[in-house]
Amino acid sequence: MSAVSAGLRSSRRRGVWAGRLFMAFLLLSLAIGFATLLTLVVQVVFKGVEWVDLVLLLEPPSADPQIAGARPAILATIYLGVLLLALTVPLGVGTAIYLEEYANRNRWYNRLLEINIQNLAAVPSIVYGILGLAFLVRGLGLGRVLLAGAMILTLLVLPTVIIAAREAIRAVPDSIRQGAYALGATRWQVVWRQVLPAAVPGIATGSILALSRALGETAPLLLVGALTYVSFNPTLLGDFTALPVQIYQWVARPQPEFRDTLAASGIIVLLVILLAMNALAIWLRNRYERRW
Amino acid sequence: MVTVPESQTVPVTLPGVNVDAVAERGRPLPARELREVVFDVQGLGVSYSGNMALQDVSLEVYRNFVTAFIGPSGCGKSTFIRCFNHMNALIPGARIHGRILYHEQDLYGTDVDPVEVRKRIGMVFQKPNPFPKSIYDNVAFGPRVLGMTDGLDERVERALHQAALWDEVKDRLKASALGLSGGQQQRLCIARCLAVEPEVILMDEPASALDPIATTRIEDLMHELKRDYTIIVVTHNMQQAARVADMTAFFSVTRGGEGQRTGILIEYDATDKIFTQPSDKRTEDYVTGRFG
Amino acid sequence: MATGEATAADQRIALRAPRRRWGEDVIKGALALCALLSVATTIGIVAALFLPAFEFFEEISIVDFITGTNWAPLFAPSSFGVLPLVAGTLLVTAIACAVCMPFGLGAAIYLSEYARARTRKSVKPALEVLAGIPTVVYGYFALTFVGPRLQDLGLPVGVFSALSAGLVMGVMLIPTVASVSEDAMSAVPRDLRDGAYALGSTRLQVATRIVVPAAVSGIIASYVLAISRAVGETMIVLIAAGGQPNLAWNPLEAVQTMTAFVAATGQGDTPTGSIEYKTIFAVGATLFVMTFVMNLLSIRLVRRFREVYE
Repeated sequence: MSAVSAGLRSSRRRGVWAGRLFMAFLLLSLAIGFATLLTLVVQVVFKGVEWVDLVLLLEPPSADPQIAGARPAILATIYLGVLLLALTVPLGVGTAIYLEEYANRNRWYNRLLEINIQNLAAVPSIVYGILGLAFLVRGLGLGRVLLAGAMILTLLVLPTVIIAAREAIRAVPDSIRQGAYALGATRWQVVWRQVLPAAVPGIATGSILALSRALGETAPLLLVGALTYVSFNPTLLGDFTALPVQIYQWVARPQPEFRDTLAASGIIVLLVILLAMNALAIWLRNRYERRW
Repeated sequence: MVTVPESQTVPVTLPGVNVDAVAERGRPLPARELREVVFDVQGLGVSYSGNMALQDVSLEVYRNFVTAFIGPSGCGKSTFIRCFNHMNALIPGARIHGRILYHEQDLYGTDVDPVEVRKRIGMVFQKPNPFPKSIYDNVAFGPRVLGMTDGLDERVERALHQAALWDEVKDRLKASALGLSGGQQQRLCIARCLAVEPEVILMDEPASALDPIATTRIEDLMHELKRDYTIIVVTHNMQQAARVADMTAFFSVTRGGEGQRTGILIEYDATDKIFTQPSDKRTEDYVTGRFG
Repeated sequence: MATGEATAADQRIALRAPRRRWGEDVIKGALALCALLSVATTIGIVAALFLPAFEFFEEISIVDFITGTNWAPLFAPSSFGVLPLVAGTLLVTAIACAVCMPFGLGAAIYLSEYARARTRKSVKPALEVLAGIPTVVYGYFALTFVGPRLQDLGLPVGVFSALSAGLVMGVMLIPTVASVSEDAMSAVPRDLRDGAYALGSTRLQVATRIVVPAAVSGIIASYVLAISRAVGETMIVLIAAGGQPNLAWNPLEAVQTMTAFVAATGQGDTPTGSIEYKTIFAVGATLFVMTFVMNLLSIRLVRRFREVYE
């Protein structure tokens, strides 16, 4: 009896230790990410929370860090968010519907379209900035305006929105489509009355997440001229600077009041905005998630 | 709670079941020259991207009959039934060969509109597929997309009555259809189909996902519905075919050169004949349980 | 007989659509136009990058550009050897990969092979938060926290260094590697694992000898994607790696990457048509080609593991 139970115990000490070591490595892999996240947040809050006040939220930027605020940048980021939502959602959902419900996947051009979108999703954001610089700012002569920034961010997040919307549309079971077709619904009626209503929660969640990524983007906005001193509220066709660009502007200064403190306070505001959007997305997902 | 009687000789009486319809089962078939042909299938074949799924099927479907398609899995019976309402056209790469005449006109003629076809030829699927909407909206969907919105309430009520579901749902028409039991969901799908007043109802294994009691109710419903409708039913359950069908077609599989399976029609005759004195050995083997 | 013909005629009319559904065609066209916008974007990017890049190469020899070891476009005499920028990019990328590849894979193995479903459900999105932090924030973190800590460790690093930027970028890319790799590992069929367990394998053996080899194309795809992201990342290097073109391959020194050069030059008032202006596009085109090739490779690899197991 005891011999049998001894036999069931592990005989190879080395194997046990290798297993433990491996497990430790795996846990370390996860821990590095979370530890960095934690340190980053603590560092930012520690340095910047003192300066998160009405001056920061309501005043324009200034050469004096004591009275410098980010009002124009915060407003521009909000405007960008609204414009992005208005531009990306129809275009992204439209493309997703075309690819999922209309396109015949056996055709080469539709396959090419899919690969093209996947590839665009991975093009570096700065390249979109170059596109904006060449075509919108200089080519079209639009100038360094908020609208150019919104358009370039739209192109940047569109692939992500398309991919999210496609997943949401694909999650609607085919039996729903078949049921609707069998009753004599046309393709658009099937899409509009059955598929889209069922896919809306997924589309909304994916779009908000994509949007929050876009609002944190800095590099493409640098190229369409957001790195500028703006002391007035932004307008659609006027100069602008966005919150991440404002943060960069402060980080790039040599004085520690700007570089460390004011930048950190700007980061807190940015992170709070993005966190709120992410929380909204997660709430939407949990509230309306449907299991088929 | 409904209790199932132990002895099979005691008739099961369930709410919503028409006793007359059950009694009608023994009625002899009308003579061939008195039958009205709804579908005349001539040499029909279906291929998916070049692979023949079904080959050379010819048969006639008669008005106010229940016609059953039986056969082992993979014999193409589901593929076949989907030809009658253009559902195969939704699958990229599917091709239809041969002809189906519907009241003497080619169902796959050049100017035939799938929407018009599906309006006249309704379909009930293997798994109940109610839309994620209210019971009322499920039934009203067909009439709405087809523009038959005059007297919609009456139409919905009539359909639910015909599907023997009205008494169970009349107090909760606004409740979600997903809250119904499986059997109720399937009857809702039948009601949904009846609401657009088709001439033909196609049923693709309508009871295969249901328990025996729910199955009995669907079968009784089919008996009742054939007074006003022509019904084609695919079933893997031979007893079900024997119970409900006036005519039965037996399909089987032939294996081609590279192991590809093609469905063929073996025998088509009055149900009694198929089950008691089939003229083909393969049919006999199947109905007696020696094969399949 | 006459009535029969009449009904047949009625039915014949009825199976035809009563009127052409123009609305359906218009909608399909509009949706296709949406889809075409993405094609237009690609064409726009290619045109925006390569047309000025060609003009650039009319003035500067492409051989000098690719093989030159001195990048000094704004000085006189100017010099346009892109190698220092490429070296800076590759150095930072290599440091980032040294972090994100082992730890990203480790996180993926943990999530796919060790974590319970409930743990996975909460840890995975939490890890994704890392990927959602704006890169300007990471840049700030690298500059104001990681750099000084490296100095505390006694490393002779300046305020700006390839090392601090690379390390932070590596952590940022852990979720990218973990998520794509984990997808590939989850797609490995249960049977393969069960078979190995039935033969008495330990978890470690199953993970390293069965699952990782079976998911190797997905893991490579995640690595390629991470490299592509690292090459294309701008803000961290712009803030924390400095602005000095540098061919020394020393992680402790400041370097300028291709992206940082583009951002630094493109944000100014460089006059259209000047040679400085055109350098943005020459460097941008080089960047685009590098990432494009890697993206296609990664898309192809992902497709392969999907085909094998799904």
